[in-house]
Amino acid sequence: MSFQVMLQQLSSGMLNTMGIFFLTLLFSLPLGLLIAFGRMSKNKIISGFISVIISILRGTPLMLQLMVWYFFPFYLFGWSISGWRFPAVIVGFSINYAAYFAEIYRSGIEAIPKGQYEAGQILGYSKVQSFFKIILPQVIKIILPSITNEVITLVKDTSLAFSITYIEMFTLAKQIAASETSMMPFVISAVFYYIFNAIVAFVMGRLEKKMSYYS
Amino acid sequence: MSSEANTSSIQQRVYFEMNNIKKSFGDLQVLNDISISVQEGDVLSIIGPSGSGKSTLLRIATMLETMDYGDMSYMGEKAVSVVDGKSVYAKPARLKEIKKNFGLVFQNFNLFPHYTVLKNITDAPISVQKRDKTEVEAEAMELLRKMGLEDKADAYPSQLSGGQQQRVAIARALALKPNVLFFDEPTSALDPELTGEVLKVIKSLAEQHMTMVIVTHEMNFAKNISDRVVFMDKGVVALSGSPEEVFGSDNERMREFLGKVSH
Repeated sequence: MSFQVMLQQLSSGMLNTMGIFFLTLLFSLPLGLLIAFGRMSKNKIISGFISVIISILRGTPLMLQLMVWYFFPFYLFGWSISGWRFPAVIVGFSINYAAYFAEIYRSGIEAIPKGQYEAGQILGYSKVQSFFKIILPQVIKIILPSITNEVITLVKDTSLAFSITYIEMFTLAKQIAASETSMMPFVISAVFYYIFNAIVAFVMGRLEKKMSYYS
Repeated sequence: MSSEANTSSIQQRVYFEMNNIKKSFGDLQVLNDISISVQEGDVLSIIGPSGSGKSTLLRIATMLETMDYGDMSYMGEKAVSVVDGKSVYAKPARLKEIKKNFGLVFQNFNLFPHYTVLKNITDAPISVQKRDKTEVEAEAMELLRKMGLEDKADAYPSQLSGGQQQRVAIARALALKPNVLFFDEPTSALDPELTGEVLKVIKSLAEQHMTMVIVTHEMNFAKNISDRVVFMDKGVVALSGSPEEVFGSDNERMREFLGKVSH
């Protein structure tokens, strides 16, 4: 297999990698906010339950979680899982990352001084207005560096989809490396990950800069 | 030390009133049977040592905190009534209406750091009161002119001095056109050389007959601009009356307090 063909095949695998990446962010960022609300709920049952869920999601390997999401419909209900592979990857990644994002959101929300809420209340903002107009924009600025860390980790974590043999770039690289007995696919995939992450870091850096119009 | 001697001959309307307020935090009784009222156009100053309950009283008046017992009304409308020996707050929709009657200027300004000065002032009138944007902005610019800050409309709060920030906070409160404006130690977070500019603004509001309740440690200021002064100590109103009555009183605790703050 020529270098050209390898590059071509891995590039098409890269599309699947990016699919996991963007869909995971799309679902996990809002879901994380919802989980953060649950975690901060005044209702002890809700906050306790959410704490346990977060602890399990952060305390077990993502690879294992992907397997659970993929196989449980079959083992629990005897359902056919054909066609469930990609959805299972997205569900597994989104829920796992939402747990991490939830804790980041929480740290940011708790860093906002109480006076900001009180000012909103006195000026007549509703709770929803207060949150989205006053609190959340300040939270985003605070948590952006932590979010960047998670997003960069996500780029590399996409390779874990191989555990349920979803064909993304790294799964392909392994297959080609085995059949061609060559290290080249790994080198190429390393370069791909690195470039992808360099772009991510650049974009997040720009976002941080954009948020630095006030201090 | 009867405080009933109100010299005003015109029948003034009571804008704000709270009666028999009690409040405890755990075992600590912070307010014990406090009653105050403010009439239209009057300035009421609340003075007293730290821990006397002044700030808690203000937080209850502005509904940032709930009372354990007592009643409270704005413009004659009951926000809290005593029913069967218990305080009952008005229904949320009603309370929301009543809350439009007052504004509060915080000790720490609490401006929104991600909004410009102008947006800090205009956002609530536009997005809460649903008023016309151009009209609100014109009024906000006029307020900034009065505060001497017209050139700061596009600045962010962090670019301003404490005194400038507090003046913006006052403009923000005024933009909602409250009937009663509360101040919680408005100069306590400021460097001494910056307190003057804020006090000047409050004084000019007093001259325009803005109804105000001011918790302050600035004794001379309280003496000069107040129509009435309340001296709080250990959760009760120890003295109340005209500035002359309160500051001239030979009440022992008042003398002791004045002795401490004048050092």
